Amino acid sequence: MSDTENTLQVRVWRGGEDGKFQAFAVPRREHQTVLDVVTYIQRELDPTLAYRFACRVGMCGSCGMTVNGRPRWTCRTHVDTATGGSDVLELEPLRSLPVIRDLATDMTPFFEKWQKAQGRATGTRSRADDTHRVDPASPRRQAADAAIECINCGVCYAACDVVASDPDYLGPAALNRAWTLVNDDREGDRKGVLAAATAGGGCHSCHSHGSCTEHCPVELNPSAGVAGLKRLSLLAMVGGKV
Amino acid sequence: MPLPAILFLAQRASALVLAPLVLIHLGLAIYAIHGGLTAAEILSRTQGSLGWSLFYGLFVAAAAVHAPIGLRNVLREWLGWKGVGVNVVLAAFGVLLLLLGFRAVSALTGV
Ligand code: SF4
Ligand code: SF4
Ligand code: FES
Repeated sequence: MSDTENTLQVRVWRGGEDGKFQAFAVPRREHQTVLDVVTYIQRELDPTLAYRFACRVGMCGSCGMTVNGRPRWTCRTHVDTATGGSDVLELEPLRSLPVIRDLATDMTPFFEKWQKAQGRATGTRSRADDTHRVDPASPRRQAADAAIECINCGVCYAACDVVASDPDYLGPAALNRAWTLVNDDREGDRKGVLAAATAGGGCHSCHSHGSCTEHCPVELNPSAGVAGLKRLSLLAMVGGKV
Repeated sequence: MPLPAILFLAQRASALVLAPLVLIHLGLAIYAIHGGLTAAEILSRTQGSLGWSLFYGLFVAAAAVHAPIGLRNVLREWLGWKGVGVNVVLAAFGVLLLLLGFRAVSALTGV
């Protein structure tokens, strides 16, 4: 094999919002992940490259980047999958988030919206109380379970066109979290969560085009959760029990 | 009740009303053109008709609810125009649609 066949042409975003691409040549390896490529560049070619990762096994949600135009978790994405067989890899920070530098984004707005959607549990019991018993087979628990394994990676947020065009929109991840809470029997303020998720910038801004669901690396369905919140808000409006 | 939820419901409900009315309206238009009906012949059938007044009156009301809400979303998302201003202008737009529409209906039916 010639040299070029063993080499990946990588274009990496450098700098802040007004940065530009820098080209690197990285040796191809079998089963190479996109994060492997980034790490190689940082260790072997340019130690000033800024990026973020922690677990490398798809648990922590910190390695999100735009890979060949698509938001992805980079530690679990093989180069072959991302390039579709070509030898060109283009890496940018996740869309719709402020760029700190190079491939590292500032996740603050993402987590602030999480709070704005009241995406946090409100307890009802103390340690003196008995354990809250939840029937795992109940439809609401099943709905919550189907949405609960979010790793906060922000990939769906970057994939959402409404987030891109409407800075107030809370986004799929925060609303998906709200959806798990309104389905959680242990949640002490389900009305409050629903109100927060329904207010301006909430679930009714969603266009249901499903880009979040298409891109979520752990195969959650935030789009369905947002639709569920819309349904519940209408039920609440006509006086139904939430 | 949060405004987004009310608007969401109003837009869906008005769409539900509009869907069959639009189909009937289109059918009518095709029928009138194919039948070669003149304006005078059409008017002779609609003048004084309570049925057509109600049909197109409902049409106008549903459109006046539906269109401004959609336009509001477009303005908010594409031009980033938010706050009270956009609501006031689009409420006025809805009223305008209602007035112009009812004027047209009354010209058509004389009711
Ligand atoms: S379905 Fe809704 S939340 Fe998901 S990407 Fe589309 S607009 Fe965003
Ligand atoms: S819903 Fe999926 S894509 Fe969105 S933050 Fe959670 S794990 Fe990431
Ligand atoms: S490094 Fe933790 S999910 Fe990728």
